[in-house]
Amino acid sequence: MHPKPAGLGTRLPKILSNAPKGHLYAVYTRNSPMIRYTCGRLSSLIISLIVASLVIFLVIEVIPGDPASFMLGINARADTLAALRTEMGLDQPMYIRYFHWVAGMLQWEFGTSWTYKTPVSELINDRIWVSLPLAIYALILSTLIAFPSGIYAASRRGRAGDVTVIGATQLGVALPNFWFAMILVLIFAIKLRWFSAGGFAGWDNPLLAIKSLTLPAIALALPQAAILARVMRSSLLDMLGEDFIRTARAKGLTRRQALWRHAVRNALIPVLTIIGLQFSFLLAGGIIIEQVFFLPGLGRLIFQSISARDLIVVESVVMLLVFTVIVVNFAVDLAYAAVDPRLRSRT
Amino acid sequence: MKMTLFAASVCALVAGMASAQTDITVGLQLEPPNLDPTGGASQAIDSVLYSNVFEGLTRFQGDGSVVPGLAESWDISEDGTVYTFHLHDGVVFHDGTSMDAEDVKFSLDRARAEDSTNAQKGLFAGITDVTVVDPLTVKVTLDGPNGSFLFNMAWGDAVIVAPESIETIASNPVGTGAFVFTDWVQGDRLELTRNDSYWGTKAALEKATFRFISDPTAAFAAVMAEDVDVFSGFPAPENLPQFEADPRFQVLVGNTEGETILSTNNKMPPFDNVLVREAVAHAIDRQSVIDGAMYGLGTPIGTHFAPHNPDYVDLLANSQYDPEKSKALLAQAGLADGFTTTLKLPPPSYARRGGEIIASQLRAVGIDAQITNLEWAQWIEEVFKAKDFGLSIVSHTEPMDIGVYANPDYYFQYDNPEFQALMEELNTTTEPAARSALFAKAQTILSEDYVNGYLFELAIATIAKAGVQGLWANQPTAAIDLTAVSWAE
Repeated sequence: MHPKPAGLGTRLPKILSNAPKGHLYAVYTRNSPMIRYTCGRLSSLIISLIVASLVIFLVIEVIPGDPASFMLGINARADTLAALRTEMGLDQPMYIRYFHWVAGMLQWEFGTSWTYKTPVSELINDRIWVSLPLAIYALILSTLIAFPSGIYAASRRGRAGDVTVIGATQLGVALPNFWFAMILVLIFAIKLRWFSAGGFAGWDNPLLAIKSLTLPAIALALPQAAILARVMRSSLLDMLGEDFIRTARAKGLTRRQALWRHAVRNALIPVLTIIGLQFSFLLAGGIIIEQVFFLPGLGRLIFQSISARDLIVVESVVMLLVFTVIVVNFAVDLAYAAVDPRLRSRT
Repeated sequence: MKMTLFAASVCALVAGMASAQTDITVGLQLEPPNLDPTGGASQAIDSVLYSNVFEGLTRFQGDGSVVPGLAESWDISEDGTVYTFHLHDGVVFHDGTSMDAEDVKFSLDRARAEDSTNAQKGLFAGITDVTVVDPLTVKVTLDGPNGSFLFNMAWGDAVIVAPESIETIASNPVGTGAFVFTDWVQGDRLELTRNDSYWGTKAALEKATFRFISDPTAAFAAVMAEDVDVFSGFPAPENLPQFEADPRFQVLVGNTEGETILSTNNKMPPFDNVLVREAVAHAIDRQSVIDGAMYGLGTPIGTHFAPHNPDYVDLLANSQYDPEKSKALLAQAGLADGFTTTLKLPPPSYARRGGEIIASQLRAVGIDAQITNLEWAQWIEEVFKAKDFGLSIVSHTEPMDIGVYANPDYYFQYDNPEFQALMEELNTTTEPAARSALFAKAQTILSEDYVNGYLFELAIATIAKAGVQGLWANQPTAAIDLTAVSWAE
């Protein structure tokens, strides 16, 4: 994985605003550095994936605990255990199992879950239709909350409105999302009975499905919104100190007009970077929220599989998540390079 | 499938308007990993499927007694080695194939085969031959008389399965029971519908949904919000008074077959000295462990036997709470200054909460028990297999499992030839009075040898809506038997 240079996000707006108009076009006409850059990034993407697969496999294999014993319990006889281990392929050496696993994944074959006895791809497919919509839902909610409050706070810097937003976001960052979740359940499920306390209704009825994701999405969104609102606010304040804003003000725009016409668009870039990071977190990181609302999502699948030592499921799901993150990062790297020529020349 | 389900739920809706409710939603903590009761140890498989979907030759009732199941009667040969089972006529599997002697032979042979992955293969160990006499008669030959054979055949691991559907049993279980498996959304719920061509008394419920809610707080919320009608094995005993006070709910507290013990490594010094084990037994205040860890749910035990069993002998006096006696015994064993040992705890709250209390009670007599929390998979590896532990806390939930003490390799490594001979004798005794006497003797030996610290019999709490009737309060085996459950008008 390539950690992006720390200052990248905040530096970009300046680059963009200073860049000549014809610049984006130039990227595609003089394309040889771009191709070289892309190849470099692509090869490091592949290396990252190989290293990640090795690390995931090894780390999960060394977790103590024999999957066969777990499945058969304490009264199992030695011959039964041996039979099951053969059935699960555990009697083969580790490197052979690794190559089987990798070769399978290259053909989009994740193997068969030991405990569920169903193909892992099917398990992932079922769960992703809970986790993905939940992540998107939470992201939309957090954006809807964060943008207005961030802009509002920045436009009232130092005044009561700003102080209120800062206070609220500080609380939002500090309070854990599962606590929000339990409070939401107490109020909306137990007291008011507007929502069920958890579970997933299934997509047969999209309205019910969205309804059952609403409380979890709110619980996930609030802390994210708090972070996002703070980033939005400080990024906007940075922008407001920039030369081009001063120019805009000098041309006669009011502070508020300059903020809306020039600062907000440029301030969005670091915010979008954070949103990208939050999305990966929301996709896999909702484990606790999925537990609290007993949702059949990816996080809960990983959690259950780890305690059941269903290694094949854990390895495949984690690998899939790593794959998603690495590919998203790769795309982001390319997008940055498209707008920033200095990044291209650096590799 | 979807259409019939839809039609069924519409019917249920219409019917529901006219008379009592005919569907039920049952919450439970653990989800079955797969749906093959003959191929895994997970209790959750039996909880959902036992008696509802799958049936055996004999079956457990809610009070723990064993009654005829698919076999309507049986003859036992004079020497107790040949059981001839007469099967019910007209029993069909849910896929329409008939259940006959061939299926019984298939099921028993499969369970005892060399490549069998049956978690309780020991139940079938004595079977030497299974012969089909005619389609409704099957003869099972044992290598010697076995007093618990009919009991063994009632276990969830001994249910009758069909060769036609065995390949997909793990995801699509086909049995003979009063409910047909219809759907399983992994991680969320499992649905059963009534078997309208059931051979016995048909179920009152038309549809049953099991929901899997592992988190105790979520379980509480689901019951309070009435998302579930029943929660079997409610995981937060501290909430029970609240449900008892709420007229919407009823609370059923029943007994289980779970002897919760302070497992002791009998081969590891200083526990190889019976004086030390006795000192541990006197150091434990059972009632405060029950009150503190289980909020009062549970019955103290003084030996490895279920108190609700008619053969139970009350031997609590042997392990009376007496810290002074405990210290004296330690001094007698040459450990007046106490000693340090390990206390390795698996995840259930009886172990984790109970462990803290017991560690502090042991500290009061000078025993420093250092707590390590383990996951189940680690516990099996470290404690059960490698026997790398001093003390542990586990509830042994298999019914009538006193026989494990005859296995010197079992993880607490108790090796007593007298006890082993007693178990041999018990296995070959079928006469009830003689068996009772042998059970009493076995319990006494374990109690007086202080093999483990005997703590309490695990209780189970079920929360149900006020109108639900016919639920099992007790758990003679892991089962949520819905065949007799209905809603009050």
